[in-house]
Amino acid sequence: MSIVSKSAAAIAAARAEGRPALICYLPAGFPDVQGTIDAAVAMAENGADIIEVGIPYSDPVMDGSVIQAATVQALEQGFKVSQVFDVIKGITARCSATVMVMTYWNPVLRMGVDEFSRRLAEAGGAGLITPDLVPDEAAEWIEASDRYGLDRVFLVAPSSTEARMKATVAASRGFVYCVSIMGVTGARDTVSDAAAAVVAAAHAAGAENACVGLGVSARKHVEEIGAYSDGVIVGTALVAALRDGGSEAVGRLTAELSGKSVSA
Amino acid sequence: MTPMTGEPEVGKNQPATDPSHSLRHAAGPYFGAYGGRWMPESLIAAMDQLNDTFEAAKADPSFIAEVKELNKNYSGRPSLLTEAKRLSEVACGGVRVFLKREDLNHTGSHKINNVLGQALLAKRMGKTRIIAETGAGQHGVASATAAALMGLECVVYMGAEDTRRQSLNVARMQLLGATVIPVTAGSQTLKDAINEALRDWVANVENTHYLLGTAAGGHPFPAMVRYFHEVIGEEAREQILAQVGRLPDAVAACIGGGSNAIGIFHGFLDDPEVQLFGFEAGGDGVDTPRHAATITLGRPGVLHGAKSYLMQDEDGQTIESHSISAGLDYPGVGPEHAYLSDIGRVHYEPITDTEAMDAFSLLCRTEGIIPAIESSHALAGVLKIAARKIADGAVPEETIIIANLSGRGDKDVGTAAEWFNLIDTDAKDAK
Repeated sequence: MSIVSKSAAAIAAARAEGRPALICYLPAGFPDVQGTIDAAVAMAENGADIIEVGIPYSDPVMDGSVIQAATVQALEQGFKVSQVFDVIKGITARCSATVMVMTYWNPVLRMGVDEFSRRLAEAGGAGLITPDLVPDEAAEWIEASDRYGLDRVFLVAPSSTEARMKATVAASRGFVYCVSIMGVTGARDTVSDAAAAVVAAAHAAGAENACVGLGVSARKHVEEIGAYSDGVIVGTALVAALRDGGSEAVGRLTAELSGKSVSA
Repeated sequence: MTPMTGEPEVGKNQPATDPSHSLRHAAGPYFGAYGGRWMPESLIAAMDQLNDTFEAAKADPSFIAEVKELNKNYSGRPSLLTEAKRLSEVACGGVRVFLKREDLNHTGSHKINNVLGQALLAKRMGKTRIIAETGAGQHGVASATAAALMGLECVVYMGAEDTRRQSLNVARMQLLGATVIPVTAGSQTLKDAINEALRDWVANVENTHYLLGTAAGGHPFPAMVRYFHEVIGEEAREQILAQVGRLPDAVAACIGGGSNAIGIFHGFLDDPEVQLFGFEAGGDGVDTPRHAATITLGRPGVLHGAKSYLMQDEDGQTIESHSISAGLDYPGVGPEHAYLSDIGRVHYEPITDTEAMDAFSLLCRTEGIIPAIESSHALAGVLKIAARKIADGAVPEETIIIANLSGRGDKDVGTAAEWFNLIDTDAKDAK
């Protein structure tokens, strides 16, 4: 079976330009569905290679207060899981960025892993990033993602053993998400030294693409991490920008992160 | 629910002595289709370390001796098995009712069994800090107690809503040296306290053990928490045999996450003649949205690390539960219970707030025992079982039910006083 990974292609294109891929997160339905699409397009126009759309969930144990507040707002406004497919269609209709979905597992399980995967593929989504699903429990998802040609991005952490690193890299398609720090999402002044070691371990375990997330908020982090990784993932800082200044502020911050000049 | 048509009733056709068919000591990580580890990779190494430490400890006679010694000389085990003769006369038509008195343990509930065991494991792992979640405060108080006893730092996460409802227990934890952190996220109750404790654990896993208070969560928590509570069922089985010379007809327990229930059930899982009943919090009634009847009305899903029954909407979002009992106010349930329900070994049903409070009052007045509101759900269930047995033609005096009295009601005096209008309205307004 030959599945062409959309996220690996986006990372390869960035690599061809001599830079790490920039992966930008925002939650679906925040500030509302149209606002998510507008902000994602602003990200794409200002240097984001991959857009990571999060599904708001009632119990987001890997998220810090900024992202929690945004997803709570989306849920209070009545966000429904199936609207994530509208968000993806809205984004891909207006730009060429690769769109991934970041989701806790229960909403996928509730819809049905096969149905969710089919609809994600139909909407033009590239795959899933799954913060609370480890490959050990992912048999159904691995099968469905193969069936629909989707990327599956699992997380690896500073605490991952060599054996788990190998198994997780082997189970992933597209890239592996290297958690830079033992903690939850949130902007931090410095990015932990642990990140370089996690990336090195992921590469040693055979990962073609190892991207770093958690705590990344500024251009200096992108440069620093970009020196040893294949991509840089920014979440909280962008969500705060969206909260405070709308999609225009998101565009500005994305341009700054990517080292490009702002495009409206 | 999985249809059970055509499946043999577990335990019925196989001798209980055949270990391949025993339901006891299920090791996990899976209980039928439930259990597992649905959690972030960051925590997997800690779960592996905990599992390895637990498995080694179980095989180490010095650990078993240490647990036994603490149970005996610190908690006060074995807890009594008390026959409730007036309750039987007044409300059970003569059916004999025995109470397993976990309310008499140090700190006032079954929770102490688990925290002592896990705190010992924390020390074995070289961890210096424990964190815990609490709803009513029973598990928080028990954790703070174990931490004080063993010289560990203790942080307890408690929904902000619950810190207001249970301010005396907050003070108890603080007196024991623990730090109580009110959680303002989400519904500000038990499930959000667990979320926050998990976030703390991810960040501090190197020196911190998450002392989960119920038989839920990712592997090895469900099997491990049950292990430390198995003593309840083992004692109850021995005590009833000694007191009446035979096994009971039924055993009843309340169930939120399900730790006291799995503990007492475990002693009788391989005795097919003993019916097992788990009573969930029915809140305002299961025909209303305000309840915590997870097995009765929930659907399989994943929350806090395990696959089990879960109160969730059509999008997989967790639904906020409701119960007058903070300890049962949880939208999930331990995975072993989900399995025992599916195979038909344990029968689960809801008890409303009103039924529980009526049983609370009844026990106070017939036996001079103030039960926890959680345990009152089991007592209300006993009344129903007794009535059904009699309707089915059982001879009341020859029918025996054991109820797990999982905790004492001191912590619930404020709630009960309000429920029964014992508080002077003027005084309440003045507060």
